[in-house]
Amino acid sequence: MSKDLHLNPQLLSREVQQEPIRAGFGRGLVEAGRRDRRVVALCADLTASTKMDLFAAEFPERFVEIGVAEQNLVTVGAGMALGGKVPFVSSYAAFSPGRNWEQIRTTVCLNQANVKIVGSHAGVSVGPDGATHQMLEDIALMRVLPGMRVVVPCDSLEAEKATLALAAHEGASYLRLAREKTPVITTKDTPFTLGKAQVFRVGHDLTMVACGPMVYQALLAAERLSKQGIEAEVINCPVVKPLDGVTILGSARRTGAVMTAEEGQITGGLGGAVAELLGDHHPAAMTRIGLADRFGESGTPAELMEHFGLTAPHLVKRAKELLKRKGGS
Amino acid sequence: MTVKQLEKTANLVRQDIIKMLVEAGSGHSAGPLGMADVFTALYFEVLNHRPKQPDWPERDILVLSNGHIVPVRYAAMARAGYFPLKELLTLRRFGSRLQGHPERTKLPGLETTSGPLGSGLSQAAGLALALRMDGNQTRRIVALLGDGELDEGNVWEAAMLVPKYRLHNLTALIDRNNIQIDGPTESVMPLENLRAKWEAFGWHVLEIDGHNMAEIIGAFSLARAIVEQPTLIIAHTIPGKGVDYMEYDFHWHGNPPGTLELAGDPPKAEQAKAALHQLRTLGGRIRGEHQ
Repeated sequence: MSKDLHLNPQLLSREVQQEPIRAGFGRGLVEAGRRDRRVVALCADLTASTKMDLFAAEFPERFVEIGVAEQNLVTVGAGMALGGKVPFVSSYAAFSPGRNWEQIRTTVCLNQANVKIVGSHAGVSVGPDGATHQMLEDIALMRVLPGMRVVVPCDSLEAEKATLALAAHEGASYLRLAREKTPVITTKDTPFTLGKAQVFRVGHDLTMVACGPMVYQALLAAERLSKQGIEAEVINCPVVKPLDGVTILGSARRTGAVMTAEEGQITGGLGGAVAELLGDHHPAAMTRIGLADRFGESGTPAELMEHFGLTAPHLVKRAKELLKRKGGS
Repeated sequence: MTVKQLEKTANLVRQDIIKMLVEAGSGHSAGPLGMADVFTALYFEVLNHRPKQPDWPERDILVLSNGHIVPVRYAAMARAGYFPLKELLTLRRFGSRLQGHPERTKLPGLETTSGPLGSGLSQAAGLALALRMDGNQTRRIVALLGDGELDEGNVWEAAMLVPKYRLHNLTALIDRNNIQIDGPTESVMPLENLRAKWEAFGWHVLEIDGHNMAEIIGAFSLARAIVEQPTLIIAHTIPGKGVDYMEYDFHWHGNPPGTLELAGDPPKAEQAKAALHQLRTLGGRIRGEHQ
């Protein structure tokens, strides 16, 4: 593990502390509101679920309840941004940015409105609610928009830092959050910079680039591979756009094999972004973990992560397959 | 400006629109001509603004939701002094600040980017909420919507929100010209009873003749005095107003003079001339063009 990143020493232990990633957003938003009076919050009838309730309680005069109307959510947000506010607009990712993509394109991106779109409950780990609510296409939808920043934190502490960083950064942004409890990998002292990926674990045999809850799975997989004599480098890539090409390419040049891991469609998501980067600059053996052109379904989060091949044992298997394709070795 | 001067300016705006559209070779005719009186009233009487300082922090904000009628806004802005009249002829050209649909970041004085329908009232609501939070009691937001645009669900989401927060610093105006691309609004998707719908949503509704300067100015003035509810002005207008072969005909929604020849229309090559002649002579009521 990288020492200077001050990761949680307990992260590989069974007793590792767990917390939903969205909880970090809730704390970060309140702190952002304390630091900057321009920060406002808008929600589409999911205030507690998206953890905006903390902000609404402390700053009721700066909170707008939009109701179940995601098109209105983002367009009212765009108007507030033009009026000098820094609006965070939240709903489930399936509905925002799932339903209101054109409004985001025109009234946020083309209009250059400083709106922060927060999509909670992304990925299959939403669980029993089923495929309708398990958003898998949001990274692709947002990544393709000119000027849109896309951030996928790996744990609650990173989500807190990302929220504060986005509040201070001028420009349209998408913040993707997960519902379930996720092991806390980082600590308060772990640095976070918008646009920077971090090498969480150093290795020379293959590179694993992961975002969101899949960072933890990648670290577990790397540990198991290490016991079998394979050293995987694990890169935490919370900012899918703009992608930190320097860090990822640097690692790919050293290892010659790259795996991506995300809780979403591999087409157009983190996997797509890394494939484009490598294709342009350093073609290498590659494999993408995620959902391949299919929807989720109801089940417990653990059952679904297992079923869709998103757990550490699957990553170990896929890593070994990847190594067989690496440079003919 | 007197009502007479405003009417004369609106007529010039209509002539500008014809010239711009002919030069561009594409664009919308009916809506811009129909809204020339409302835009003239706004830019020369109603709005508190500074053409030479488009980002003046105390200005009123005009949000145009149905962006396709932007030629009328460009013409009114040029006449008000935002930019030289000759720039109007760059409409829709490569490199022009006058994009086919309005882009906020391209031309100072435009407040939003629009074209895709249905999102203007929401943005106006967001601007009004921001002013409310800042404790600003003086600046006003005006949102202009088309009637065909009311097919969009996003409009009704905003129609619920504005009365909820009692945003009386916002005045909305619907251009009720009864046409949209595919035909009359009532056959494409019936909107009536329009007044009752907005009243049921919590709006104070005023209905006016959208070609009567005194009524337009009076409605915006009355709206400032109504604080219990937001005000919606339904402005009844004639699409293509001022050019007889275009008036009331939905086929002229998205076509400029010279591109379309329907029964009874002047030949294509004569249409631009005929339109300008009619406007200059006020439909034959003035004999000579220079009188």
